[in-house]
Order: sequence, then structure tokens, then C-alpha cells
Amino acid sequence: MKAILVLALRSAWARRLTLGITLVAIALAAALLLAVERVRQDARTSFTQSISGVDLVVGARTGSVQLILYTVFHSGTATNNIRWESYQAIARNPAVAWAVPLVLGDSHRGFPVIGTSPAYFERVRHADRQPLVFAAGRPFAGSAEAVFEAVIGSEVARQLGHRIGDRLLIAHGSSELGPEHADKPFVVVGVLAASGTPADRAVHVSLQAMTAIHLDWAGGAPLPGVQIPAEWVRKFDLQPKEITAALIGLHNRAGVFGVQRQINGFAGEALLAVLPGVALDELWQTLVIVEQILFALSALVVLVGLAGLAATMLASLEQRRRELAILRALGAGPREIFFMLLVEGLLVTTLGVLAGCALLAAAVLAAAPLVQAHFGVLLAARPPATNEVVLLASILLTGLFASLVPGWRAWRMSLADGLTPRQ
Amino acid sequence: MSADALLIRDLVYRWPRQRAACLDIPALTVAAGERVFLHGPSGSGKSSLLGVLGGVALPERGSVTLFGEVITAFGGRARDAFRADHIGFIFQQFNLLPWLSACDNVLLPCTFSACRKRRAGDPPAEAARLLSALDLARELWPKPAGELSVGQQQRVAAARALIGRPELLIADEPTSALDAPRQQSFIDLLLREAGAAGATLVFVSHDVRLAAHFDRVLALAEINRAADGAAA
Repeated sequence: MKAILVLALRSAWARRLTLGITLVAIALAAALLLAVERVRQDARTSFTQSISGVDLVVGARTGSVQLILYTVFHSGTATNNIRWESYQAIARNPAVAWAVPLVLGDSHRGFPVIGTSPAYFERVRHADRQPLVFAAGRPFAGSAEAVFEAVIGSEVARQLGHRIGDRLLIAHGSSELGPEHADKPFVVVGVLAASGTPADRAVHVSLQAMTAIHLDWAGGAPLPGVQIPAEWVRKFDLQPKEITAALIGLHNRAGVFGVQRQINGFAGEALLAVLPGVALDELWQTLVIVEQILFALSALVVLVGLAGLAATMLASLEQRRRELAILRALGAGPREIFFMLLVEGLLVTTLGVLAGCALLAAAVLAAAPLVQAHFGVLLAARPPATNEVVLLASILLTGLFASLVPGWRAWRMSLADGLTPRQ
Repeated sequence: MSADALLIRDLVYRWPRQRAACLDIPALTVAAGERVFLHGPSGSGKSSLLGVLGGVALPERGSVTLFGEVITAFGGRARDAFRADHIGFIFQQFNLLPWLSACDNVLLPCTFSACRKRRAGDPPAEAARLLSALDLARELWPKPAGELSVGQQQRVAAARALIGRPELLIADEPTSALDAPRQQSFIDLLLREAGAAGATLVFVSHDVRLAAHFDRVLALAEINRAADGAAA
């Protein structure tokens, strides 16, 4: 068998050009499959970790996915608000360590505006409990004296070219065409570093500011004949009467279901508390079809690559009838001939898969600085994870099956041809 | 071991999916060390007979005994092993693996058969001796076989068939790709080396003019009762 193995390798080397082309095809297919799998995993991870460090998200009663959509991703709108008293009651719950209120619904040139408290920047984490980091400036003050301050996400800064000290206007509603609160401009006091989370695309202001810009508004439009200039707003009570949602942290995470039950059964109004991780997972499930299609496509590419391998080997078999007949005359049995073809197929598949891994690693290394600059996601060339190893193994296994076909054909051929191949 | 190298009894061979038998040989005996010239036109069943002798094809009936072993009673693997150990083949042309050097081609039987490797003693030295004896220039030895001329290739093939002194040499039209002057010199080389190795030689050709130096000349038509209706 060792002799046959050496001969198989030398024979394959003699046909290195054709086999090399097949190898490249398999390498590309393997790299593609791995890349899709990795993007799928990373997308899922970064998606389900868009918010961390928050134990419960509380809003008016609605669907849990919808609540997460507007509180975490600032997409869609809340149908109902929570009364400030209810929020305070929840914040006073002895199990609750901290609560951050959110007022949503306005926007700045298409980017969502979030009214919240300065604690937001400390409490809201992402990925593995990573805090939001300021690329420049500081959090908004959140005091009655400095109401019109804003902290913008990295993407807002990049796309709109805003810098510290720039002024920006907030539009009512989420559409870019909403009427603007033109009389009350905000000053940019902080710019967040890219985090790869929805915070990159958000403008953060204080709760008081949200109340202030809506003082002379009612029902989504400016009150006719009423105008309260920016410098007068501090004479008003800027405590909001309603908020959209609240983020809650507990002293003890183990008690999360108890607190959730209490909030869901809150006597004052219909509230909903969800565990963000669970809801994000649920939300991801709705996207599963997309990742399945992606995966199926790249699996098809792998199959095409391996079919190419089988085709190349089958095509070369005609030219190799002489070679196989010579080996037969020297004492090789159909078994050995079959083994030879199998070795060749496995060799090309294995090298192809290894080359594919190398290709992907090189691509990741080359793209890492670009991706980090644009998306704030740190790509690392890491060794294949367990599921990737399973994928690679299944490519190898499929490659083995693909080379069974030419192997079987060579077996039949060598039995039929005997010592004198017919041309 | 009996004195007969080859003994055929009541052999009937038929190609798969064909009605007429292509070989029907009641009896054939070749003594050990004998050098036999077997001739017949193409289509007379020569390749089938060689396939059966080599243990690659199994006859429908009858037996083939080589050096006392009834190879037609062996299983496939045993026949393959027997062929590797005891038979050296030379074909019409394309005898060599073109991507191996001339020298490595000669050494191939030693990688398939421990028995021939043992008998070759020091295989590389034996390969060198055979290649020299067959007049192949030393500078050609490391060359890929595919780059040699047909005549050179046939001499390499002869050296490969001879290495490890197999008891039976089977040559199937080995000179048909050579020009006339080279044909006789190749046959002389082959006869000389077969004699030196004490091997039994079965030389098959359609060209009776080459039969001059053989111990015995046989026409396949005389021994094969099926010769008329057979295909190649």
C-alpha cells in the first residue's frame, strides 16, 4: 500500500496543473463557506450582544420583539408610553439596582434621537460588557442649566461631519421630513467611538431637553401662537410626564424572573418587561431564513467545487488507462487502483481546504483595519471554531465521496481492460 | 515445482456479454526455460490468452497451471500477487509510467513484490546492471521515461520485466513499434537476458519473420479451436 501511495502522489504531481486548478476551486469554495459561516456567527454574536449589562427592558405592553426593536435598535415606534410615576415605582423596587429612562421618537436628519439620563453611557454595555467609549468630549450634563447638549454616535459624526461644538437641530418624528424644533438648536458636546452597535447611529440628549423641545408642541405639531424661546425653558418643570421605555439593572441577576413577573403584573398600567438576550435571540430567529439561504448557497459552491474534482479525475481517467494497465501488470489489484484514485481525491480536497483556511485568514488580516475603521468591529484571524471544524470535516467527507466515483470507475475499467487497455 | 512452466487444460474463455468463446484451448504445455514464439493475426485471441495467463482474466472453464500452481483456482488478490512475484510483462508500447524516471520504472516490480525485491539483491544496482546490459546509455537513466524514444522505452520495459528474475516473461508484440533493424536486435537482447535469467519466455507476435531464434514456434490457430469466430 505504501508503494501505491507513493505512486499516487507522484502521478498526481505529474498532473499538477489540472489538479492545481481544481484545488484552487476547492480552496475558494471552502473559504467562501467558512467566511459565510463566520459572518453568520459574528453577525449573530454582535446582534445578540448589541446590548449587555441590562437585565430587563420595560415598556408599555406590546410584543417583546417590537419593544426590543425600538428600545435597542431605535427602529419602529412605541404605540404607548409609560407614566413617569410608574417608572419611579419600578426604580424604587428594592431588587432594582439602577434604571435608565428612554424617550424615543424624534430624529436628526434620519438618525434617531434618544432622550435619556447621563447614566446611560455608564450602564449600557455591548458585546462582553464593553462600555461605550467617548472618542471626544463628554456626556451631556443633564442639568437644568445646560439643557441643549447632545452626544452623537460615530456614524452620525462621520456621515454628517459633526464635531464638538457644532450645532444641530432635532426633527419631530422619525422621518427626515418631520418639522424641526428649529428654535432650539443643540450643541455637540461628545462623540462616541465606534462600537458596532445602534449607539453609532444615535444622537443622545437629556430627558429634560426632550421635554423642553416639546413644551410649545401638542399632538405632534407646534401650538399655534405659542412660542417658548430656548432661554425660557429652564423656568419650566422639565421633568417628563411620560417616557417610552426604561432599561433596568438588578442587584442580583438570579431574581430577574421575579422582577419581570412583578412588572408584567404592575397595577398602575399595562407594562411589559423582557429579558433583552432572550428577545434578541427571538428576533434573530426571524432572520434565520436569510442565514440559511446564505449557508445553502455556499454549500452549493462547495458541491460544485467537488463535482469539478470528480469531473477532472474522471476526465483524466481516460488518459490514464495505460498507466492503470501497467500497474495491473505489475501486480496491482483493482483494490489498489481504487485506493490510488481515493488518495488523489482526498489529497486535492485536503490541500484545497487548508488553502481555503489560509485564504480566509489572509483576507481577514487584510480587511481588519478597514472593517475596524468603518464598522468598529474587530476582526481577528482565529483558529477554526468547533462548528467550522465540523464544516471542514464535512467538506473532506464530501470530497471522499466525490473521489469514490472516479475510484469506482477506475476499478471497473481495470477489471475490464486487464493488461491491454482499448483505446 | 514441476518441470513444466505453463500447463493449460481445457481452457474456454469468453468475453463478457458475447456468445462465442474466443479461446478454446484443449491443451498447451511449455517447459521451464523454454522460449516460445506464439503467433497469430490480430483478433485471434492473443490478448485474451495473455490476460488469462497473467491472472487478470478468469476463464469460464479449464485450468491454467504456472510452475505447479493452479492460478485459475486462486482468488483475485492471490492472482495479483502471483503475477507480481512470478511474471514480467513487456507490451507493444507505452510500457512505462511517463512521469517516473527510466531507472524508477525498472525498480517498480520491486515495490510491488517483496519476492522480486529479495531476488534482485540490491535493486538499484541490479537495475543499473540490466539497463547497461540492454545498452541504455547511463545519462538516460534519470530522465523521465516519457522523454525517451520508443526503442529506448522498450529496452527499459525489458529491464523492468527482468528485474528480480521472474520465472515467466510474457512479451506482447514488443517490437511492433520499432523499425525493422531494431526489431531483431531487441529480440536478441531479450532472448539473451531471458536465457541469462533462466526465465521461460512467451513471445507473442503476428509477424512470423521474427521467429528465427526461438526454441519453439506455435500458431495460436493450431492450439485454439475458437480462433475463427473470435474478436480481439
